[in-house]
Amino acid sequence: MTILDKFFKKQTPANNAKGRLQMMLVTDRANCSPEIMESIKRDIMEVLSKYVEIDQEKLDIQINQSGADTDNGSVPVLLANIPIKSMKNRKN
Amino acid sequence: MSEVIVITSGKGGVGKTTTTANVGTGLAKLNKKVVLIDTDIGLRNLDVVMGLENRIVYNLVDVIEGNCRIKQALIKDKRVDNLYLLPSAQTRDKTSVNPEQMKKLVADLKSEGFDYILLDCPAGIEQGFKNAIAGADRALVVTNPEVSAIRDADRIIGLLEANEMKKTDLIVNNIRMDMVKKGDMMSMDDVVEILAISIIGCVPFDESIVISTNNGEPCVGDSSLAGQAYLNICKRITGEEVPFLDLDKKGFLKKLSGIFKK
Repeated sequence: MTILDKFFKKQTPANNAKGRLQMMLVTDRANCSPEIMESIKRDIMEVLSKYVEIDQEKLDIQINQSGADTDNGSVPVLLANIPIKSMKNRKN
Repeated sequence: MSEVIVITSGKGGVGKTTTTANVGTGLAKLNKKVVLIDTDIGLRNLDVVMGLENRIVYNLVDVIEGNCRIKQALIKDKRVDNLYLLPSAQTRDKTSVNPEQMKKLVADLKSEGFDYILLDCPAGIEQGFKNAIAGADRALVVTNPEVSAIRDADRIIGLLEANEMKKTDLIVNNIRMDMVKKGDMMSMDDVVEILAISIIGCVPFDESIVISTNNGEPCVGDSSLAGQAYLNICKRITGEEVPFLDLDKKGFLKKLSGIFKK
């Protein structure tokens, strides 16, 4: 690897493997398949839709390994980025 | 005080048996009394790597079923004093033994005065794995700098934690510095970062391993890079602090000697 490559963070096979593994292990460790992630997403949306209008296109939910430190060490955290289009007008 | 160490990996073919043979032989060379147990029932391998395949009379299952006494089944190593092998059975399967029986076997061996009891674990996470880790105080997880091996190692580390293994260390095997330098292979640091676990050794890919396995003679302690790396692992197991080999520098020297050979 030349300095230039490093500067531009060239996609080497080693970096590729590392990136793929990091993604893989997040779901492996959380014992969470893509199907379960989809279900979580759907259910969260369902609940939130009662109160707010959500931008479904830009919705992003993921489990992050470098998450919260607790008494039991570092545990994964669920990160949800849910853009709200507007609050629903609730009639009291 | 004896320490019981299981050598495991999840994935097959990463070097568990080679590691067991070399670490066991190395510890014996450091004047420790060592017994190696091949727990891969049905796929006997450790005896071949040790060059002891012609001396087997009784095996692990014979001991567990009470067909013989432990001492009758232990094979004394050809070269190194204080080193013994308890071979696996070739004609049985993993269900012939259960974790409770393994715990008892290990306890019996402890009372024979061994300093180290090394268990060579089969690949996979089923019965054989459960048997092998049952009596262990400590685990060495062997992996290669390669996606599938690391993924399996991560799973194994999780299972060891779930089984309350007291101490788990990582060995990165078959690393090729020339490829690491080009960015074609993950480095030891990459693997350690991904798995977030303490590292006890890094063994380079070395032709001398192939040769030593062919000859049935572990290469630990010889002048090869792998032989040195294995001896360093043994010293670290006994508690000695040993700096990691500069694999890159040696690679350069090797290249230099390669030029002279031409």
